[in-house]
Amino acid sequence: MLGAMLGEAWHAMGANRMRTILTMLGMVIGVGSVVIMMAIGQGAQYAVAQTISTMGSNLYIVISGSTSAAGVRSGSGGGPTLNVSDADAIAELDGVTHVAPIHQGTQQLVFGPNNWSSLVVGTTPAYLDARSWTIVNGYSFSESDVRSASRVALIGKTAAENLFGDDDPVGKTIRIRQSPFTIVGVLGSKGQNLDGRDQDDTLIIPLTTAQRKVFGTPFQGSVRVVMVQAASSEAMPMVEKTVTALLRQRHRIRDDMDNDFFIRNLAAVADSAAATTRVMSLLLGAIASVSLLVGGIGIMNIMLVSVTERTREIGIRLAVGARQRDILTQFLLEALLISVAGCLIGLMLGIGGALLTNAITDMVIVISGSSVLVAFAVAAGVGVFFGFYPARKAAALDPIEALRYQ
Amino acid sequence: MADAVVRVCALGKSYVTAAGLFPALKEVDLVIDSGEFVAIMGPSGSGKSTFMNLLGCLDTPSSGAYFLVDRDVAQLAPDELSSLRNRTIGFVFQGFNLLPRMNLEDNVALPLVYSGIEREIRHDKGRQMLARVGLEGYAKSLPSRISGGQQQRVAIARALVNSPQLILADEPTGNLDSHTSEEIMSLFETLNQEGITIVLVTHEPDIAAHAKRQVRFLDGHIVSDLATPQREPAQC
Ligand SMILES: Nc1ncnc2c1ncn2[C@@H]1O[C@H](COP(=O)(O)OP(=O)(O)OP(=O)(O)O)[C@@H](O)[C@H]1O
Ligand SMILES: [Mg+2]
Repeated sequence: MLGAMLGEAWHAMGANRMRTILTMLGMVIGVGSVVIMMAIGQGAQYAVAQTISTMGSNLYIVISGSTSAAGVRSGSGGGPTLNVSDADAIAELDGVTHVAPIHQGTQQLVFGPNNWSSLVVGTTPAYLDARSWTIVNGYSFSESDVRSASRVALIGKTAAENLFGDDDPVGKTIRIRQSPFTIVGVLGSKGQNLDGRDQDDTLIIPLTTAQRKVFGTPFQGSVRVVMVQAASSEAMPMVEKTVTALLRQRHRIRDDMDNDFFIRNLAAVADSAAATTRVMSLLLGAIASVSLLVGGIGIMNIMLVSVTERTREIGIRLAVGARQRDILTQFLLEALLISVAGCLIGLMLGIGGALLTNAITDMVIVISGSSVLVAFAVAAGVGVFFGFYPARKAAALDPIEALRYQ
Repeated sequence: MADAVVRVCALGKSYVTAAGLFPALKEVDLVIDSGEFVAIMGPSGSGKSTFMNLLGCLDTPSSGAYFLVDRDVAQLAPDELSSLRNRTIGFVFQGFNLLPRMNLEDNVALPLVYSGIEREIRHDKGRQMLARVGLEGYAKSLPSRISGGQQQRVAIARALVNSPQLILADEPTGNLDSHTSEEIMSLFETLNQEGITIVLVTHEPDIAAHAKRQVRFLDGHIVSDLATPQREPAQC
């Protein structure tokens, strides 16, 4: 009997082709926009997750404040309050895996006739571990390179491409402020960071070399930034507490005085970035769902019209022995057929649109099987939900009244 | 009494109107035995259609009892009533009431859809019934493409398709000319000879003459009940 009803539903749809197509269009637009929006939203989430994973996990950045003496803060002109021995002391704490003091700044890199401005990071090998940064070619520098202030450098992909083109950078010598540096390794690619800066446009050199040969700081041994990696995300609050306590003690800060440093939780930054994109993708989905809802109401509207138009037909069917549930099934099937057909077309257009978006902009899109399934299930649900009221109305008709209807 | 198809006792039907309850049918008693051919006559508004709709289980009475093949219709659930309309009764309307978008064989086979009969058998049966009413070769035509007399024959084929015991026809010739009416009536006569009980409403005495029994309504009552050959009508 279901087969016969499907056939009839198909017939009824064909009988009013224009109307069916227009009704379906509502579903097509609804499902299509849900698919596109979900693809864009999930793409953004994916992109942010990718970026976050390049940051390194469970990281704190300790930033030096300014020295203050007897309540007089000397502002940014003063020397950094952190130094390398602070970093060494932090490294001894429980739950801390890596600690890397950092002195960084933008410098002009020169190789023969080429020159290129990059972020030069003076640090220790622990920095690469903390940020899980790999060497794809050559090797890293060592602690002894840091101790002896060797003029060695690791180069990021972007900087390498701009200085050396397709040539292998390893073994080449570049100049920064007249000092020669030998490239010993090429860093794996990380892409953009959360601020949109290209993390591969960089050069990493030993901290000591950076301070003496490149930046020429008057405060040898002091650093503005120390990166601290906790062993796990559970250990992070504990690490934050012990680092704070240690630094206050080492800097002899009285209980009634403020810290002369800041601790910034990078994991929290990452979490909030992830949360922002999650909210954005939810919002996109919600907006798209509204059009799906409108599509559903369109189905309900047309089914109500159809029930009224076909009142006499319903009467005839009841008179020859249709049960209420037969009439209900018939109209539900029609609503379902319209919404599912609209959904299929919408899915195809949505996926096509998402792929097109990906092709013309370089926006990351992710079309997951689950989002397609959800869209399909929702569309079928919409068909049943909005088809149910008209179908029940049809099934509840009184045979005599329906037969008398002109 | 044992083979009564229709047994109606003190059947009444009142309609709710703006002016209050309007009694269209009052205390009607009637017994129709298997194989009878009954014509129901009476002036307009005398309650004939009201009575037929009650017999066809399309409407529910306000009072009294109706036994269809010894089953008390008032006791039946909606689905059982549907089943009666589907298998026991065949209804023929004045206005034919075919589904305009369906071809004739599908129209004829429509009741079989609701008996859960398979597609092939439905089509076979549909064509068989069309042939029986003299419309072989019209299976794929649409109702709008054939004449009124032919449409009424299709409607009769539809009423017959599930082999009902009782055919109810409310002014089946009301929309037809006298020649076509005669054709339809001889079709009913043939069916009656094959043993199907027929109850038919008409205004025209020539049409009623085809029946073996004439029941006359007036103001919701039965005022006369004549059978040929004459016999005393069975009491409810
Ligand atoms: N749904 C209804 N609501 C109110 N009154 C009704 C309804 N149907 C019928 N009536 C009234 O009941 C009375 C009987 O109607 P019915 O249709 O049974 O007459 P009829 O004998 O079939 O007439 P006709 O020969 O014109 O078909 C009429 O007076 C009619 O106005
Ligand atoms: Mg009438």
